[in-house]
Amino acid sequence: MPESGQPTSFDVTVIGAGVVGCAIARKYTLLGARVLLLEKAADALDGASKANSAILHTGFDAPVGSIELACIQEGYRQYEEIHAKMNLPLDRCGAMVLAWTPEQEARLPDLMAQARTNGVDDVASLTREQILAREPNLSQAVRAGFVVPREALIDPWSAPHGYLTQALINGATFRRNTEVLSGVFDGQGWVLDTSTGPVQTTRVINAAGLYGDIVDQRLIGRADFDIRPRKGQFVVFDKTAARLARHILLPVPTATTKGIVVCRTIWGNLLVGPTAEEQQDRVNADLVPETLEMLRDKAAEILPALADEEVTTTYAGLRPACGDKEYQIRRHPENMITVGAIRSTGLSAALGIAEYIARMDETPWTPIPEPEWPAMPMLAEDQTRDWQTAGNGGILCHCERVTRREVAAAMSGPNAAKSLAGLKRRTRVTMGRCQGFYCSGALQEMTATCLKPEDAE
Amino acid sequence: MTNLPDTCDVLIVGGGPAGLAAAARLAEAGLDVHLVEREPVAGGIPRHCGHSPYGWREFRRVMGGQAYAKRLIARAKACGAQLHTGVTVTDLGRRGQVTVSSDSGLQSVQARAVLLATGARETPRAPRFIGGTKPGGVMNTGALQSLVYLNRERPFRRPVVLGSELVSVSAALTCRHAGAQPLAMIEANDRPTTWRAATWLPRVLGTPLLLSTQIEAIHGRSWVEGVTLVNGQRRWDMDCDGVVVTGAFRPENALLRASAIDVDPRTRGPVVDQYGRCSDPAYFAAGNLLRPVETAPWCWNEGRMVAGAIITALAGGLPDPDLSEPVSAGHSGISWHLPQRISPNFSSPALENVQIGLARPMTGTVRYGQASGNLRSRPARRILLPLPDGGVDLQFEETP
Repeated sequence: MPESGQPTSFDVTVIGAGVVGCAIARKYTLLGARVLLLEKAADALDGASKANSAILHTGFDAPVGSIELACIQEGYRQYEEIHAKMNLPLDRCGAMVLAWTPEQEARLPDLMAQARTNGVDDVASLTREQILAREPNLSQAVRAGFVVPREALIDPWSAPHGYLTQALINGATFRRNTEVLSGVFDGQGWVLDTSTGPVQTTRVINAAGLYGDIVDQRLIGRADFDIRPRKGQFVVFDKTAARLARHILLPVPTATTKGIVVCRTIWGNLLVGPTAEEQQDRVNADLVPETLEMLRDKAAEILPALADEEVTTTYAGLRPACGDKEYQIRRHPENMITVGAIRSTGLSAALGIAEYIARMDETPWTPIPEPEWPAMPMLAEDQTRDWQTAGNGGILCHCERVTRREVAAAMSGPNAAKSLAGLKRRTRVTMGRCQGFYCSGALQEMTATCLKPEDAE
Repeated sequence: MTNLPDTCDVLIVGGGPAGLAAAARLAEAGLDVHLVEREPVAGGIPRHCGHSPYGWREFRRVMGGQAYAKRLIARAKACGAQLHTGVTVTDLGRRGQVTVSSDSGLQSVQARAVLLATGARETPRAPRFIGGTKPGGVMNTGALQSLVYLNRERPFRRPVVLGSELVSVSAALTCRHAGAQPLAMIEANDRPTTWRAATWLPRVLGTPLLLSTQIEAIHGRSWVEGVTLVNGQRRWDMDCDGVVVTGAFRPENALLRASAIDVDPRTRGPVVDQYGRCSDPAYFAAGNLLRPVETAPWCWNEGRMVAGAIITALAGGLPDPDLSEPVSAGHSGISWHLPQRISPNFSSPALENVQIGLARPMTGTVRYGQASGNLRSRPARRILLPLPDGGVDLQFEETP
């Protein structure tokens, strides 16, 4: 039910609080629209956006001339512009595309040419010796490669939470546990039937990710694409492994996937993944022991010293793919825009997609003259963290050094965590090497009154 | 603010049985001793272990884990040690320069000697590469016991317990204490890891022990709904609402690995000599940080013994660490040994034996230096050998 003081009709309703939905909600809010963001799950970022490789891409390998490329590059530009204002991290570590076989080596010139065509003209080829000088822990088996200096690491959760928070503090409404069941368009606007009651809205933006085609069916009775969930499994190594690689280490991509990446995370771990496995299930992303072993072994082939490092965690995510390689962005005559099949590049492209949609919409809004900016909690390992400052309440989660003050802050404010999973994404609590061995009791005590007990991931 | 001084004689990291025992003995000797514990209350693992028999060796009476922890704390305080809870060590610098974090932010402490007693923890689910989803309701014994004994929660009603170590039995009993009925104990090997007799207790309480069985996958989206079990060619699903992932203890070595102190990849603890002295001689170690894993009274005694070595060290009485010689064990059946070095010309060692852990059941003869002896044992058993007087290689001749 709408809380008192909230509007009962909206200019724009965004369906889906993934990274793309959060960015679109922010964009329309800043444009001056009355915005409602609906989320089926108990908290934001619970679908495709909960698991990715946390890289801000330049678009060097995106399809030439695609909407995806345009959105990635606009997204990158806007992230650079706003990250400091929102206290969001940006680690410009650069990426290296590495060839391990003669066949891969032969493809490097074409990939560099594509990068330059895409406007990423600072790529530079590297000899084996130059690669090993920059990354001395790499396997000697590397043959050649090139560097993409502007590929960067970001926080895959604080960024979209930042977009959402900025929307909320500037007047947007966020309704969780709300599934869109059907809707009626009367030629002027929509009445949506949702699991928490009716919603009146002039426009609808479908950013439902893994459910994008289903939401189109429910509202306009047709869908121009079928979502085919693509699973990606990851293995994360402990923080001592992060010293082994400075750059994001990319393989030569294949026709279907960017391939398996080895890179640091903004939190100071080292990850390897993802796989690319098509499946029907839109809900569960199962971990498969043999695949995890393959990933660990693959990582140790690239960085041999990883054989002695410990695994901190494993995870699997689903990316919303479809038969086509291009984003499925459509403007429908029913005052509705669908943003579908964003696959794995949503984190990089979200701000660009929001810009693209707003231009497509052509409505003359009156932007908020001086919007509020949120300062997001800084969780990057190389930045000053809360545990290093006074008044933090003491460390609660020892592995990730999450303080009691950070946990308390994440459970309050305009975008308070409502599930344990949401709390983890906001603070990283229990996500370190002990996975809750030490702090589960203390955490449970602190969160008992604020969170739903289930929803652990 | 913490009451930690900028300098002290001995800083102890970790307030479990080893750290508290050492604190008492060092303070008794008149040293300025400060113990830092990152939890709000000291006591270590026994603090959330409500049932086991503790205290006989230390206090000549049997008590529960919580009472035992309180006794250890009271004793350390009575001897004059200063305990600081809610203080987390974040960096082990060279020569005893330690950084801590607390509610008041960062602080640096220079100690003449530092005792590392950070203990051990169980291996969680992720590094075991168990398949399936990642729902709530999957936890280690440590997390279960803190929920049950400290918070008085019942996280589930029908869990399965993975493992058959002593701690796995403890996990099953903790479930019972919370009013939950463990459906099965699951062990990958063809016999239990702990003494066969110890698995009798869960069985009479209705929890079967499934040997040669593995959890292939965990199911459920927000909370556990079941597991897929595999035994050879047989694969079946079992409904349950929790998975307790027990044992496979590993030293809590995160600080150590981030420091310049040498780490033994086999124990995952620090490389020490027979005084518990690390590669940086300002640092000592005792308790389950040294190896996976010993009992509370063992760790208590180890803490006291290494404290004795620290007292001698601060009086300039230990042999030169630069002269220490390696103890090695090349045999594939020996998975770890302790100490890893011997400082020659010694008296009164803190570690009075060579401890070894086996990778598999072994029968045969151990030889090193002048010593030899027969051995017939299994993994996860305490095996003690006489301490050599210098560097040796532990040889093992297996009896077919």
